[in-house]
Amino acid sequence: MEFITQTTADGATRLTIEGELSIYDAAEIKHRLIEGIRGAAVFELDLSHVGVMDSAGFQLLTLAKRESLELGHALRIVGHSPAVREVIEFFNMVAYFGDPLVIPAGEQS
Amino acid sequence: MDEVLSVFSVEAREQLDAMEAGLLQLERGDRDAETINAVFRAAHTIKGGAGVVEIASIEHFTHVLENVLDRLRNSEIEVSSEMISALLLGCDHINALLDAVQSGRLEPDAELDTAGAAITDQLRPFIGNAPAARGGVLAADAGTEAELQRSDRDGATNDCWHISVRFGRGVLRNGMDPLAFLRYLLNLGEIAHITTLCDAMPDADSMDPEACYLGFEISFRSHASKEAIERVFEFCRDDCELFILPPNSKLDEFIALIEALPEETMRLGEILVKSGALTREELDSGLHQQQAAGVDAGATAATPPLGNILVERNSVQPELVEAAAAKQRTVAEKKTAESSLIRVHADKLDQLIDLVGELVIAGASANLLAKKSGEAALVEATSVLSRLVESIRDSALQLRMVQIGETFNRFHRVARDVSRELDKEIELVINGGETELDKSVVEKIGDPLMHLVRNAMDHGIESAAARAAAGKPAKGRVELNAFHDSGSIVIEVGDDGGGLDKRRIQAKAIERGLLQANETLSDQDVVNLIFEPGFSTVDKVSNLSGRGVGMDVVKKNITALRGSVDVRTEAGAGSRFIIRLPLTLAIIDGFLIGVGRASYVIPLDMVVECIELGDAGGDRNYLNLRGEVLPFVRLRELFEVPGQPPPRENVVVVQYAGQKAGIVVDQLLGEFQTVIKPLGTLFRNMRGIGGSTILGSGEVALILDVQALVARCARSEEQRAHGNTGSRRLETH
Repeated sequence: MEFITQTTADGATRLTIEGELSIYDAAEIKHRLIEGIRGAAVFELDLSHVGVMDSAGFQLLTLAKRESLELGHALRIVGHSPAVREVIEFFNMVAYFGDPLVIPAGEQS
Repeated sequence: MDEVLSVFSVEAREQLDAMEAGLLQLERGDRDAETINAVFRAAHTIKGGAGVVEIASIEHFTHVLENVLDRLRNSEIEVSSEMISALLLGCDHINALLDAVQSGRLEPDAELDTAGAAITDQLRPFIGNAPAARGGVLAADAGTEAELQRSDRDGATNDCWHISVRFGRGVLRNGMDPLAFLRYLLNLGEIAHITTLCDAMPDADSMDPEACYLGFEISFRSHASKEAIERVFEFCRDDCELFILPPNSKLDEFIALIEALPEETMRLGEILVKSGALTREELDSGLHQQQAAGVDAGATAATPPLGNILVERNSVQPELVEAAAAKQRTVAEKKTAESSLIRVHADKLDQLIDLVGELVIAGASANLLAKKSGEAALVEATSVLSRLVESIRDSALQLRMVQIGETFNRFHRVARDVSRELDKEIELVINGGETELDKSVVEKIGDPLMHLVRNAMDHGIESAAARAAAGKPAKGRVELNAFHDSGSIVIEVGDDGGGLDKRRIQAKAIERGLLQANETLSDQDVVNLIFEPGFSTVDKVSNLSGRGVGMDVVKKNITALRGSVDVRTEAGAGSRFIIRLPLTLAIIDGFLIGVGRASYVIPLDMVVECIELGDAGGDRNYLNLRGEVLPFVRLRELFEVPGQPPPRENVVVVQYAGQKAGIVVDQLLGEFQTVIKPLGTLFRNMRGIGGSTILGSGEVALILDVQALVARCARSEEQRAHGNTGSRRLETH
């Protein structure tokens, strides 16, 4: 599990999560997400390296999204791994997050 | 009397019985809606019938009862002892009115009118200013329908199941993932639409990242059963709220299924579960909630109907509850219709049985001839024929069989009235009401039973004070049991009262001159004195028992049915009268035996086994059967059959009333269908012979009266043991 925080060219804070968005690290993930969304007007999440996401992980993403809406901050998920995309689609929450789902060229088949 | 009137009164009396049974049930505290509805329906049917045959007196009177019952049904009034008493009086009055009608008086006389008015007055406090009775039974259940306008009732998802699930907080921590359950659901069908709900999630600071806050509303397209869908969530069933509603398009299917269910009386929940609209689990939790609601509401309000609860819990659609209730109703109506359909004149049945009897004899003779001829094809044909005859025999006899429960149930009312009159608390417990026996026997056993039951309540059960002193529960217990036992039916009337007082019986017997003062009797013989003519121990004659009909009459009536009555009593613990009756009076399965040149029949049900006598016999009349002493009789000696016994004699071991005895015969000839022909009046007093039958060869065989033979063996054994002290006069045979 690795968290990389960087600032993008347009001034947003970007958090890249590598590993699993699951119950096993739920407390840590929650802390990072909430801290991130509270500390930046524009908070980007790169989830393209997330191998597994379970209900706990999904729940935390929803929490972060809700927090951003409450604060008037923007939460953007800029990269979806297939696992993340599949869960969000399964739960019919694509519209809720409002992010374009980027499908990498290699996966399009 | 007019045929229409006769049909009406027979049916009205049936309804009255049902009504009375229901009222007693209500009084005992069994107050579910079904019972109340049954009582109401009965009253309603009587009223309707009376209207059709234009007997205004019954119609008007029943209308009053119906009003009370209607208010009861709508929970406007509570069940009370006074109300039940008044309603029972009402039933009696209707019975009286029916009696009048049956004796040709359509307009009741002044006396009946006053009696009716008095009962109406008694009922008045319960009527209030209620509106006239309504017809619908489901009025209470229909109210909730408006609340059930759900958002998923649009056209697009009409053919979808609706699954609503809220996972519990601990689901994730217990290692389960809602995602996995929902993915597994895909094995059963297709998720048409899913709405994820996170409303339950608290704000970010207090949110526990390891708790689960998810809920889902799912439209699910599937052909799986409700049960199967529920099973998907099996592992977290206790930890989530789950509601599964069948698709609207499936409603018709469920309704059709409900309608197609077999016609048996079922509870509402059972019907829904059977049709698959409701799962067992949902029913259980629904019932649980109903119970809890009942406890909360206390005695002041009725418990909410199960149908309402299930609809509120979103377990089923109201349409289904209604269909199930309608099913219940039609079954109930069908039931009454069915029982009115099989009204056949008893003579016709008797004639049929006679003919079947002749058929059995003729069949046996054809069988014999076929065997003699040695033609295989003929033998085969006749054996098929005799198998069919056997089936016909059984079903013909079955036609005459009725359950004894109906007779037993009459005693509930007796118990109620007697316990009030005597101011004793008495509980009547009935076991084995489904035991069947011949209708003619049932009819004749009613009076003796009534006598025994009244006796048990009047003399058997002690007063409340005496019971308390003896450390017994205040409530006395009278038991009516019935069961089958080796070819006979056993009816027991037992009580947990004081038991028979042997010293008083003896004293009384001496006073009545039934016994010499210096005679000593075994305890059982003393107890049996109560069956002697002219014997009654109670000095003050109450108006309940002791109405001149003594135990001797009871015994005579039972003996006339080829039965026997015994009494077991224990001081302080109660008495038990045991009546044994033959199952049928017409045709039995027999066991054919031969002695000398004659054949005899032993009822097969009483035969336990057959063994070879060997040398064990000697001059004694008992043998050692696997360590047991088995007394036996030699038929050859008993009937003074001339000639020498064959070198190998056989013993047929028979059992009656728990006692075994052996019958020594020459030959065992095998099973034989026996049509019982009564013996002529000349032989009426002969002991040991119960009747005669005709063999296939046309010869006559005598049917042994096993009961008498066993008693004879037991007695001779007892005399041996006690050294001939028994008094001959007290023999029961």
